[in-house]
Amino acid sequence: MDLTAELCDRIRAAQAQHQPLELRGGGSKRFYGRPATGHPLELGGHRGILSYQPTELVVRARAGTPLAELEAALAERGQMLPFEPPYFGGEPTIGGAIASGLAGPRRPWGGAPRDLLLGVRILDGRGQVLGFGGQVMKNVAGYDLSRLMAGAMGTLGILLEVSVKVLPKPPGETTLALTTDPRQALALMGTLQRQPLSLSGLCFAEGRLHVRASDTSLEQLRAVLGPAATEEDPDFWRRLRDQTLDFFTRTDTLWRASVPAATAPLAADGDEILDWGGAQRWLRGVGSRENLRQTVQAVGGHAMMFRGPDRDQALHPLAPALAGLHQRIKAVFDPERILNPGRLYPDL
Amino acid sequence: MSPPSPSGTSQRERLAQEFAKLLPAEAVLYREEALRPYECDGLSAYREMPLLVLLPTEVSEVQAVLRHCQGQGIPVVARGAGTGLSGGALPHSDGILLSLTRFNRILDIDPLNRTARVQPGVRNLAISEAARPHGLYYAPDPSSQIACSIGGNVAENAGGVHCLKYGLTVHNLLEVTFLTIEGERVTVGSGGLDAPGFDLLALMTGSEGMLGVVVEVLVKLLPIPQVAKVVLAAFDSVEQAGDAVAAIIAAGIIPAGLEMMDHLAIRAAEDFAHAGYPVDAAAILLCEVDGNPAEALQQLEQVETLLAQSGANAIRVARDEAERLRFWAGRKSAFPAVGRISPDYYCMDGTIPRQHLSQVLGRIAELSREYGLRCANVFHAGDGNLHPLILYDANRPGELAKAEAFGGRILELCVAVGGTITGEHGVGHEKINQMCVQFTPAELETFHAVKAAFDPQGLLNPGKAIPTLARCAEFGAMHVHQGQLRFPELERF
Repeated sequence: MDLTAELCDRIRAAQAQHQPLELRGGGSKRFYGRPATGHPLELGGHRGILSYQPTELVVRARAGTPLAELEAALAERGQMLPFEPPYFGGEPTIGGAIASGLAGPRRPWGGAPRDLLLGVRILDGRGQVLGFGGQVMKNVAGYDLSRLMAGAMGTLGILLEVSVKVLPKPPGETTLALTTDPRQALALMGTLQRQPLSLSGLCFAEGRLHVRASDTSLEQLRAVLGPAATEEDPDFWRRLRDQTLDFFTRTDTLWRASVPAATAPLAADGDEILDWGGAQRWLRGVGSRENLRQTVQAVGGHAMMFRGPDRDQALHPLAPALAGLHQRIKAVFDPERILNPGRLYPDL
Repeated sequence: MSPPSPSGTSQRERLAQEFAKLLPAEAVLYREEALRPYECDGLSAYREMPLLVLLPTEVSEVQAVLRHCQGQGIPVVARGAGTGLSGGALPHSDGILLSLTRFNRILDIDPLNRTARVQPGVRNLAISEAARPHGLYYAPDPSSQIACSIGGNVAENAGGVHCLKYGLTVHNLLEVTFLTIEGERVTVGSGGLDAPGFDLLALMTGSEGMLGVVVEVLVKLLPIPQVAKVVLAAFDSVEQAGDAVAAIIAAGIIPAGLEMMDHLAIRAAEDFAHAGYPVDAAAILLCEVDGNPAEALQQLEQVETLLAQSGANAIRVARDEAERLRFWAGRKSAFPAVGRISPDYYCMDGTIPRQHLSQVLGRIAELSREYGLRCANVFHAGDGNLHPLILYDANRPGELAKAEAFGGRILELCVAVGGTITGEHGVGHEKINQMCVQFTPAELETFHAVKAAFDPQGLLNPGKAIPTLARCAEFGAMHVHQGQLRFPELERF
């Protein structure tokens, strides 16, 4: 269903009335970032796969297309979205998956939405339909404004269409797991990542190191992990991705830190999951947000409050010069600040 | 009306004195013979003399230079190694050329985090050389990797023959520090795999020096593959070679490299590099698989079968590393090889959906006859990036103009089939008119507004990459609207 014309009208009307809009796809990530304000604008009706030719490794779809529908179409042809987008138990759209920029356990090897996004058509805050990027793998014509949309949470434009690179599913993957402690797990993850293995998951959670790799890498993998490593249910990765492991069902505030992979554990054992080979940390029992932010900033990372109360300062604060650029870029795309205002930072 | 800008020796000397207060005198070049080497980049068809060339060695000097330029309204063109192929570093006649080549230090190799922190003037290949003792390398490998600098790679979002599997520059960066035209230091990206806020790292990558001046880069390093195997296949037609590419991808294989060359390119490369190419073939494919031995050998076997099924009349796996390098040497020397069979050549850089390959090559052959200029084609077949090399002789009156016109037609053809005018070389000075074909006026205006968000006075690399709407009107090009192609002749395909 093509709702471009209706959405254009809605945006123009909202712009004329300075009416802020809350952009809603599947609603699976409403907990994320700063709270949404504004009049709800439902985008899930603008849906449908527009073109998919497996040998071109590209799928183009309207942004409201349910992720489950899109992934099923790819799976039928033995392909996948390499960034393993989370569902969080809801019914996300491909547009929301791109706009949030969130990626699952495969991210260090498969990339994030921004890595796979080849092109977009957007509706900006003036009601203009604009296209950036395209449907080809390599494209450096003009500034890369399509990747700029990935992770912007709709604050720069409503995604109408996305063209995303897809990849063949690996022919066979196995998950091995090993009981260990966080420091030893980090050392093993480091060793594995310095070898040319076909890895697709490296996570220490709840006392166990989990490793997912192509079957062709299994022998080398066992050589590093030793005989104590046993085969594990691959459903672990889905539960990690969708945050249904026991760790995630606790009720205290959940923090996410993005750091250089070899960064020492940030929290007590049991209060930290080390995913992405160490580059993504899920943390509980964080005492002071300032202390955490200082610690991760000192190693070149950043931290966000992922689930919990006090969402106003969810994202890591930006340096002043960077914040200024953000405001000026927001003004280019959405001068009246009607698109998801304040969803990332108060002044965007 | 403003008076015509003064140029020539007196203005040069006065400006040189101004900048000599900010930089050591030897870092300020203003004599004609010193400026001459900087008048063009890798696209030598376009030349312009800058007022001055500056060669700072400290970030604080670059900051001082930028502040001075901002205050005085002096255009700044940043330049790395000058190997770019789109005139992106073509000097501005009223501006300074800011060379970053003295920023050539590798600041840190971090084997535990698998990263390298480097200054912008570090050569692409030097990063891999420094990382090799740790079993790591930097994946993007543009053909010019022996000479090109990482700062230039960031500015152009450089690709290479291995980017189908390992990605472009944008996929292999973690963090970039740049200076704004105000001389302010801004860091985008992070030491982790993402950063809060907008993805300005992606925006900076490929922005052709128009948003800021890159002063430091943190890149990802990857483990060196244990095994790399290359197979060469010869075909009687370009169509068959194209079908073979689709068959390999359809089988679920993403080769590390997948390159195609047509008949003229094969012959030129063979004469030049003696790579052992079959010179009678209409097209050859080079397909490289890599990884751990089990994986690579399994894929190699599959690829050989698929090539045979697609009608390859000869299939050869490189027997050893020496032969593998020879196979690649032919491909990597395709440009200079073509340079030997023609006084000049003009390299295009369109990307197309691969399914249109044989139609596009057929149309290029027709255009070649129409313009009376030969054209050799090399093709990053895996990702659809086509490099037609138009052969011409600049000493023959009108031939450069013909080559440009021919090239422009090829790029418009790429857009018409759903592709783009530039896959990896950038728009620069060269393809600016074709931008009018690929983008609508509203899209071009958005690009200009983004530029203004970084550089309100428009002093960083002015006049490149994004055409003004007035220029588009003059060029007479219209955006190709979906379903309303300007090329009715395409219907015949």
